[in-house]
Amino acid sequence: MAKITMRQAISQALWEEMERDPKVFILGQEVGVWGGTYAVTKGFYDHFGADRVRDTPISEAAIIGSAIGAAIAGTRPVAELMTINFAFSAMDHIVNQSAKMHYMFNGQMVLPLVIRTVGGGGRQLGATHSQTPDAIFAHFPGLKVVAPGTPADAKGLLKAAIRSNDPIMFIEHATLYQIRGEVPDGDYIVPIGKSTVQRSGDHVTIVTYSKMLELSLKAAEQLAKDGIEAEIVDLRTLRPLDMEPVIESFKKTNRAVIVEEGWKSFGVGAEISAQIYEHAFDYVDAPIKRVAQKEVPLPYNRNLEQMALPQVEDIIKAVKEVL
Amino acid sequence: MELSSELKKEMYWMMLLSRRLDERAWVLHRQGKIAFHISGIGHEAAQVGAAFALKRGHDWVTPYYRDLALMVSLGLTPEEFMLSLMGKAGEPSSGSRQMPSHFGLRRVNAVSHSAPVATQAVHAAGIGLAIKIKKEKKVVLTTIGEGSTSQGEWYEAVNWAAVHQLPVIFLVQNNQYAISVPPEMQMAVKSAADKACGLGLPGQMIDGTDVIAVYEIISELAEAARNGKGPALVEAKMYRITPHSSDDDDRTYRSREEVEENKKFDPLLLTKARLIDEGIYTEKDLEDLDKKAKQMVTDAVKTAEEAPYPAAEEAAYPVYAEEVPNA
Ligand SMILES: Cc1ncc(C[n+]2csc(CCOP(=O)(O)OP(=O)(O)O)c2C)c(N)n1
Ligand SMILES: [Mg+2]
Repeated sequence: MAKITMRQAISQALWEEMERDPKVFILGQEVGVWGGTYAVTKGFYDHFGADRVRDTPISEAAIIGSAIGAAIAGTRPVAELMTINFAFSAMDHIVNQSAKMHYMFNGQMVLPLVIRTVGGGGRQLGATHSQTPDAIFAHFPGLKVVAPGTPADAKGLLKAAIRSNDPIMFIEHATLYQIRGEVPDGDYIVPIGKSTVQRSGDHVTIVTYSKMLELSLKAAEQLAKDGIEAEIVDLRTLRPLDMEPVIESFKKTNRAVIVEEGWKSFGVGAEISAQIYEHAFDYVDAPIKRVAQKEVPLPYNRNLEQMALPQVEDIIKAVKEVL
Repeated sequence: MELSSELKKEMYWMMLLSRRLDERAWVLHRQGKIAFHISGIGHEAAQVGAAFALKRGHDWVTPYYRDLALMVSLGLTPEEFMLSLMGKAGEPSSGSRQMPSHFGLRRVNAVSHSAPVATQAVHAAGIGLAIKIKKEKKVVLTTIGEGSTSQGEWYEAVNWAAVHQLPVIFLVQNNQYAISVPPEMQMAVKSAADKACGLGLPGQMIDGTDVIAVYEIISELAEAARNGKGPALVEAKMYRITPHSSDDDDRTYRSREEVEENKKFDPLLLTKARLIDEGIYTEKDLEDLDKKAKQMVTDAVKTAEEAPYPAAEEAAYPVYAEEVPNA
């Protein structure tokens, strides 16, 4: 166990998996000589060499398309997209190819592919560098979508992702790289598709993941001062979605607030609340609330940006409304 | 045909003013007064030469984030640039909704790109299509970095323009880097202009530090395009004198010696030397001009600093051309 940053945890997982399995290799823009846009692969190029840490041209479609080919041909690519916003340039390969090939060709081909990418706003980078389109990816059967909120989960889930034989969107959050947490050394695996309770409480269930876990924990601390104990369920994986801890918690609290950074319409909160109504209707004591980004492209100006993003106060307010 | 002294003076002024604006942006960033800057230092000759080759305000431009000097030549004012750096109200490209340097000025037919690289090339092809449909005598200039010509969309745009014989000039600014990555890791050809032969349009490489050469060549290509002769691809070579952006530390991938060596080819200095050589300006004239440019920049900073931020409610619109309830 060591207290390390999210960046270090992700880096550790990659390093250990590359040491363990020579079939694992990294490709993407700026991943090699430069060490990655977020410095996750610093030192990898010197240690593993240019073949396994491959700097690519600025060609997202070719990064993902060729990773698909390489995966089918027996390697285990970890393809990096500088930001999730640029995943849209590779959408055909992600959605029409990677998500469907195993099924459409009746399991003849396995695609052990991890797409590491970075989402989220809050850094004044404007509408096309700041999106949280996680729900879009979670919409497609055939893809798995993982988005960790703690360093330990980042390490454990990334290792699980690299060992998985399915295409996985592994979505890191741009403003979480510096957060610190205890991370087990060595072969630490967190299974994909398992939600977890990050904080216990009896009064309300907050369902969240990734960056919004940090905000939800802060909100819970403040609510505790008013005697309100929130239970926080961290989804960690959006697809396959593990509702069990959510439902279990809800049956105890009978009230829920779902917090996501992306837009509310057709989002993660919509799915979770629908499932709560489907599976625990008899336990509902108040309409379920969703906290999400305002329905605008995220603006550059700091005031405008902050007003569009979900805030701790929004979570507190929503909790008080359902109580 | 020898260019007039007036034209040379005008082009030099645009280069100078852009340079001083750009330098001040770096200072403002160091002072913590702005969040982000991406710089065109070293690119001024190519951008100003290309802008002056256009019928400015009549022809179209789909620029990219390094095109400050291009935009200043088209009519972006120092105040407007400073407003955008500071994310203030009244910023003309986006009302401070978009990052600085994503230039879009409808009043001069400059269309913003939204950050994923190379999209502007495809839009340029579409503008070319519209020009053709409307039977106008116009040309579109679209600019891009050499690294971004690796993007599939760029090839599709060039191919499209060649197939449909559209009035589009594809200007590649090869500044030797795409963030940290050198051109040889983007393309196996020596120059992006070499890609033209596979796509069926004329391609040529030019010295991107020579404002006059750029002006002359693009003028000719633009006139041909306006007259239905189809698209052209030009690669202008220069050196990116600054880091990629204010978020980048270029010491991790290139030596200080390399940067210093390349500063010898700083287009502003080369142009200045040439104007003195040709007797168009004296040292004293140039000093006065520089003072004037710096003063304009200082005034622009002051205006922008005094300007208000956009009101928070502004974040809510305009998402659609028409108001959509509960959208
Ligand atoms: C589709 C897409 N992928 C990646 C990026 C990130 N990115 C921004 S600028 C840049 C480098 C572009 O280099 P080049 O085209 O040579 O232009 P320069 O910045 O050197 O002028 C990259 C990779 C992006 N904006 N869009
Ligand atoms: Mg470049």
